[in-house]
Amino acid sequence: MVFALGSESAPVDALSGMLWVVIFFAAMSGLSRTFVTEEERGTTMTLQLLAQPSAVYFGKLFFNLVLIVGVNAFTVVLYTVFLNGFIIKTTSIFIVAIALGSVGLAASSTIIAAIIAKANTKGTLYPVLSFPILLPLLLTCINATRMATEGAFIEEAFGEFQFLVSYIVVVVTASSILFEYIWKD
Amino acid sequence: MGVFKSILFVWMSAVIILALGLPMVAQPKAWYQFPTIPALEEKARIMFFHVPTAWLSTLAFVMSMIYGIQYLRYKRLEDDIKSTSAAGLGFLFCFLATATGAIWARFSWGTYWNWDPRQTSIFVLLLIYGAYFALRSAIDGEEKRATLAAVYSIIAAVTMPFFMFIMPRILASLHPEPILNVQGKLQMNPTMLVVFLSSLAGFTGLYYWMWKLQVRAQSFELHRNN
Repeated sequence: MVFALGSESAPVDALSGMLWVVIFFAAMSGLSRTFVTEEERGTTMTLQLLAQPSAVYFGKLFFNLVLIVGVNAFTVVLYTVFLNGFIIKTTSIFIVAIALGSVGLAASSTIIAAIIAKANTKGTLYPVLSFPILLPLLLTCINATRMATEGAFIEEAFGEFQFLVSYIVVVVTASSILFEYIWKD
Repeated sequence: MGVFKSILFVWMSAVIILALGLPMVAQPKAWYQFPTIPALEEKARIMFFHVPTAWLSTLAFVMSMIYGIQYLRYKRLEDDIKSTSAAGLGFLFCFLATATGAIWARFSWGTYWNWDPRQTSIFVLLLIYGAYFALRSAIDGEEKRATLAAVYSIIAAVTMPFFMFIMPRILASLHPEPILNVQGKLQMNPTMLVVFLSSLAGFTGLYYWMWKLQVRAQSFELHRNN
């Protein structure tokens, strides 16, 4: 960014959108591996014999969550340090948006990763399947980040937070029910 | 099926003739005249074809999910055939809705595509249909394919309502309001409404006929292979 734009700085709206583009790409390259590695190493059978499907699902969800929180923390620190135009005025909104966004990303990525592990073309199909599912989440997170850069009060972002929480609840509930069907085939 | 097909043919022909042929006047006096809608004028006629295609792409999406659930419950491959056939037709109608909408936008807004919230949401629906078929083509084995496709259609269907809810919060739409306004009150000229509802019914009938045909053809294929 800094090199490409030289001395010009991008508008802050565009920067809050770009942050989530970076996060999306990081998630797409990192989170798809969760179930694929089990298939490749041939450990799926053992897991199927040893553990309940729900235990496997929540374990993988938790692993993905830890991974994405780590990656996002790293990304956000670098992003705010290197991009001078990106100034967060309401830190509370920004932190909640990143936290809820990470949980939402982990929730939808886990179930898509479970689907993808059984398909032939794993790597390329993953973003194709995830993008339409993640778009409502990403748009809401971008909106909340934009509010944080504009210095909105935290009360104004409650609608966004409610939306993110309900998205997470719906996706996790649906996934925990549906995971059993994917896992035992 | 033969009688149904003939009735459908006559019905759709009548709808097309009425929707395109009835005159549009400023002050309708006779029953056969449409009122001129300000700013839309003759371009308003597209709603007789555009809205039913958009409605069918949503209906097919829901049907695909319902038969997906049925498949997961009973593990019958017939349900999977019903689910995919609905999704295939949904893809077709979704494409038609996008194309007719873009053509209308060219003449009303001056550009084929401007990322209006309605355009964005139909584009996402198109993406979901595309992803669904990309997933299906990447899996060997009928049962595995059916299970994973059903799971994906359910996951997509539970996240889609969020999209409908979030878009208006981010951007204001220029899309003309449908016949039902916010209070759920009908605001349409009676003649227009009759033609519009007939078109909706006709298109739904057409969809049903195409879907049945597709299901029969695919079931035949399935039984021949086994």
